[in-house]
Amino acid sequence: MNNQQQQHKKTMDRVQKGLDRRYRQERHFQWLGLGAIILGLVFVSFLFITIISNGYTAFQQTYVKLDVFYDPEMIAPIGETDPEVLSRANYGGLIKASMRQMFPDVTNRREKKVLYGLISSGAAYEIRDAVMNNPELIGTKQEVWVVADDDFDMLIKGHIDLRLPESDRRIKDNQLAWIHDLQEQDRVEKRFNTTFFTAGDSREPELSGIKGAAYGSFFTLLICLTIAFPVGVAAAVYLEEFAPKNRWTDIIEVNINNLAAVPSIVFGLLGLAVFINFFGLPRSVPLVGGLVLALMTLPTIIIASRAALKSVPPSIREAALGVGASPMQTITHHVLPLALPGMLTGTIIGMAQALGETAPLLMIGMVAFIVDVPGSVMDPSAVLPVQIYLWADSPERAFVERTSAAIMILLAFLISMNLLAVWLRKKFERRW
Amino acid sequence: MNETSAATPGLAEETEAAAGTVQSTDATVGEIYVDDPRMTCRNVNVYYGEKQAIFDVSLDIGKNQVISMIGPSGCGKSTFLRCLNRMNDTIDVCRVTGQIKMDEQDIYDGGLDVVPLRASVGMVFQKPNPFPKSIYDNIAYGPKIHGLSDNKEHLDSIVESSLQRAGLWEEVKDRLDQPGTGLSGGQQQRLCIARAIAVSPEVILMDEPCSALDPIATAKIEELIDELRENFTIAIVTHSMQQAARVSQRTAYFHLGKLIEVGETDQIFTSPRHKLTEDYITGRFG
Repeated sequence: MNNQQQQHKKTMDRVQKGLDRRYRQERHFQWLGLGAIILGLVFVSFLFITIISNGYTAFQQTYVKLDVFYDPEMIAPIGETDPEVLSRANYGGLIKASMRQMFPDVTNRREKKVLYGLISSGAAYEIRDAVMNNPELIGTKQEVWVVADDDFDMLIKGHIDLRLPESDRRIKDNQLAWIHDLQEQDRVEKRFNTTFFTAGDSREPELSGIKGAAYGSFFTLLICLTIAFPVGVAAAVYLEEFAPKNRWTDIIEVNINNLAAVPSIVFGLLGLAVFINFFGLPRSVPLVGGLVLALMTLPTIIIASRAALKSVPPSIREAALGVGASPMQTITHHVLPLALPGMLTGTIIGMAQALGETAPLLMIGMVAFIVDVPGSVMDPSAVLPVQIYLWADSPERAFVERTSAAIMILLAFLISMNLLAVWLRKKFERRW
Repeated sequence: MNETSAATPGLAEETEAAAGTVQSTDATVGEIYVDDPRMTCRNVNVYYGEKQAIFDVSLDIGKNQVISMIGPSGCGKSTFLRCLNRMNDTIDVCRVTGQIKMDEQDIYDGGLDVVPLRASVGMVFQKPNPFPKSIYDNIAYGPKIHGLSDNKEHLDSIVESSLQRAGLWEEVKDRLDQPGTGLSGGQQQRLCIARAIAVSPEVILMDEPCSALDPIATAKIEELIDELRENFTIAIVTHSMQQAARVSQRTAYFHLGKLIEVGETDQIFTSPRHKLTEDYITGRFG
């Protein structure tokens, strides 16, 4: 008995000794995990802070107030309403005249050119549109707010370092003086940048917007979804529920898993060879982009859908078969509704992937410079990530903030898509 | 002694039976045949790929009777039960030979459609498996897909009578629109029985219907089985010998894929004729 107690005490001592070590290991493991998460959060917040601090200014745009005299001599006689005549008039001249009037001291030809450069070339179109909408303006003098040039805009937003020598600056000393005068007269104002959301791409940063790219992305994803979702779900249902389990289906399964890991640029090349060269579809259009992205997303959707189908418990299938439902009824009435949330989650994640995809679209010509906002899937267009790539490549300082702003828009779409996926998962949580 | 079985070639030849308990496992002991069979099984073999799970089983399922199938785990009783409504079809590698007849129709005949078969041979599973739908929809699903109801009122009455016969109506009549998965385990199992009854089958197969239930719920189900016998033929697989003794009229004892002994339940439990049956029911193994 005594011996047994001693034995027990010895055992407990050893357990005690080991216990400290076990708890220490547990704590270390927790710290390690916590550290990993903190590191991840630091990187993510660094990314977000950089992008937002670089990009938030793009949502504002500098405007300049001009006193424009709608000179009948330069446009058309008073009373003229023919749009043909009105659209051909020299509206740039009106702005130049207005500028000359404000700064009568500037007489040198070269200086004048620099002065005119403060106003965006897009301002002339604004004035033209105003006149075409309301021909009665001709012969009157109006205060008009026009878009400032991108360098002017950058200066107002504080992105130009004035400590640099004049030769290294985009804004010269004489321009600084004029801008100062304009500010003195309360003729400079920052407003919400609607152009950014209503225009397509442009060579002039102040006239460029993401609407074209956003529409392009929308059309591309639309094509991608309409093709990849039904095909992917049908493939998954067939493979999971009907296909015999043999060597061929094993080979197919391995290949689908491999396809999910194929670099996306390869899909781009495939699309170029098949859709454009063989089928003769046009370049740069969302239709081809969507087809290529559909090829790329298919494996993701098939894998997610098969996993969702697998997770439906066999007891539900047995229950349906047991009351005499046919295999097809079992699937459509019971298995698919239960697997659908999982399938949708997989599809949304696949779509989010496709939304951010750049490389394959470069191969099919969606990298072209396209000003017009596409109206259909057959109009040439860019997509958001390609637009980011194009702007990031541009030398103008104003495109830096627009790049960041476009990234913010893209991230907003991605985050909302992922939130939708999470919401779907939560809403239709397994209930058996 | 059973003369009929001896007359069938390849079946039981109980020459040594006279000398007390039988030792050999080659042939079935007891009365395979009944006077008024609902289903007849002859020389049924089941293979999972290369492995044979059921060896040459012949058995009649009597009309409006409860037959229970007992035996140690892995003896093939569930496999045999699932042959009776071809639920084994869902397993790719499963192969069945022999003859299982219902109304003179071989259910493994190539031309036979399993959908009407499963409508007339219903099944209740080990784990209650209501559809993740409302109680009403659980019952109404079978009649709907088979087109058994003429209109909404008729469907309502089918649902009500099925629930009543399953003894669940009083408990759920006020919450038919609530999910069936929200019921207790015993209620869920009775819901599954009601679901099986709703398509008016002739035979109900039950695969250990009470193994996931507490004793009170089990007692209710057993009572229900006894009532259902009036209108249905029931084959039940169970691990509980007491349950087999309580609910069934005939009992079949399976061992390692073979049907060892079959007979009146009283006789099996009081005077088993085969050594293996005796060992099992006296608790020497199992």
